[in-house]
Amino acid sequence: MTEHVPVAEQPLAPPSASNGLLGVFGRRYLLRLLVRREISARYQGSFLGLLWSYINPLSQFFIFWFVMGKIIGMGDKAENYPVHVFAGLIIVHFFVETFNAGTRSIVRNKALVKKMAMPREMFPVASMLVSLFHVGPQLVILLVACLATGWAPDPVGMVAGLLALGIVMFLGTSLALLFSTANVFFRDFSSAVSIMTNFVRFGVPMIYPYTLVADRFAGHTELYLANPIADAVLLMQRAFWTGTTDDPAATALVHLPDHLLSRGAIALGASVVMLVIAQLVFSRLENKIPERL
Amino acid sequence: MSYPSDTSIVVEDVTKTFTLRYHRTFKQVSVALLKGRDLSDTFNALDDVSFTVKQGESIGLMGLNGSGKSTLLKLVNGIMKPDSGTVLTRGRIAGLIATGAGFHPQLTGRENVYLNAAVLGMSERETARKFDDIIEFAEIGRHLDAPVGNYSSGQFARLGFAVAVHVDSDIFLADEVLAVGDRPFKKKCMEKMQEIRDSGRTLFYVSHAAASVRKMCDRVIVLENGKVGFDGAVNAGIKYLKYEDENPDNDPDDMGDLDEELGADI
Repeated sequence: MTEHVPVAEQPLAPPSASNGLLGVFGRRYLLRLLVRREISARYQGSFLGLLWSYINPLSQFFIFWFVMGKIIGMGDKAENYPVHVFAGLIIVHFFVETFNAGTRSIVRNKALVKKMAMPREMFPVASMLVSLFHVGPQLVILLVACLATGWAPDPVGMVAGLLALGIVMFLGTSLALLFSTANVFFRDFSSAVSIMTNFVRFGVPMIYPYTLVADRFAGHTELYLANPIADAVLLMQRAFWTGTTDDPAATALVHLPDHLLSRGAIALGASVVMLVIAQLVFSRLENKIPERL
Repeated sequence: MSYPSDTSIVVEDVTKTFTLRYHRTFKQVSVALLKGRDLSDTFNALDDVSFTVKQGESIGLMGLNGSGKSTLLKLVNGIMKPDSGTVLTRGRIAGLIATGAGFHPQLTGRENVYLNAAVLGMSERETARKFDDIIEFAEIGRHLDAPVGNYSSGQFARLGFAVAVHVDSDIFLADEVLAVGDRPFKKKCMEKMQEIRDSGRTLFYVSHAAASVRKMCDRVIVLENGKVGFDGAVNAGIKYLKYEDENPDNDPDDMGDLDEELGADI
């Protein structure tokens, strides 16, 4: 945002001129403050503060590791099972949080939306960035676990990891955009979304290895892999988990689908297309948002 | 169509339709369908409204409750878009329809000032430069670093007002501004608004108080059921609304009537 310009030099323009997501990035300073508000408000008055963003994923991780790994015995099906789960959990958590918080974002910021002219895409995008912020601590935990089990970074793995995060960022934002408007018209959508996100945990190879899908769902794996979140989880496992196993190349060959990187690139492309569609829908519905809130 | 270079606001053939929803839940919708009732109804909050405002004019927007004043202000502010017609504005808009919008109850006054200023379009540097003025104007003293959730409603409104009036704007919108706040603060606000008007900004002032409109404005637009009922001189506009007899002996230039101005503004 620039400093104030004399009025005579400014054009007559519609006051509501909002150029969607581009407008959001034109107001990065406000976006940064909104994200910061969200993060600091969440931990205000809490003694452990930001530590909670470590505790929450860690506790989930222990549940999956103990129940699925030890009791149900999934741990025998994949080497270094905890890392396998946690790599997936980071992606799933990032996506679910973006989708859930993003869907509620506009209704939750009612006061602002009804009173201020600003690109309303700001709120879903801010939700995504808050979720991305929480990925940080989890990545730190994962890195520590990986380094402890003899992992070393490799270029292909890094590309895979970035692809994974990129897919979730774009797909998460597009779904957040779509459902945040839908939620204005019918609050049912936020409930529907939390049910949908329940499926995500089980629709991706996180608590079970991909080999199990390839075995028992043979012939339909393309369908399974059409889910971009499943691709993102597999890419994340390529980035972190395979490197911790005794023979990374063999693990990747057995436990990951072929052409993983190109699948990831396609999923990323599809997510970008999805974002464009979401933006178009959002712009169409946006007009009615203030009066329906 | 082109407008002279001193045009500040253009509202042309603007219509805004709202949907009244009779039935919202699944059950209500099915019952209504079975009984053959209408599922929804619409009404025009604004109906073919047109006017232009020159830079530096101060407009008193008047009308009964529900006549479309707030909707018009929201269209000018860009919160809503018209269903048909055009709204054009020149320059940055600030106003008092958004005082305290975006204040987060858990954040401190200081944090909220920065956030609110950013919402109103101020940069970080601009906010930092004006921060002391804002705080001084708001008179919240050492509560600055307490969460605004603990503020009294007066403190809350004051802080919101203080941020809004410190935005460098070209158009200033004020909707029922002084509902909260004690007398000294209201007085200060009126003075600040006059300062804004005198600085050559376009002022759009919504009020039911004839006295304060008379003092602040040089033109009155009266809305009646979403249509422009009157557009012209202040006194004629107030007469048109028949608000006159409520304030029989009001001299437009009499500063002593402050009490009445403020009192009527609630």
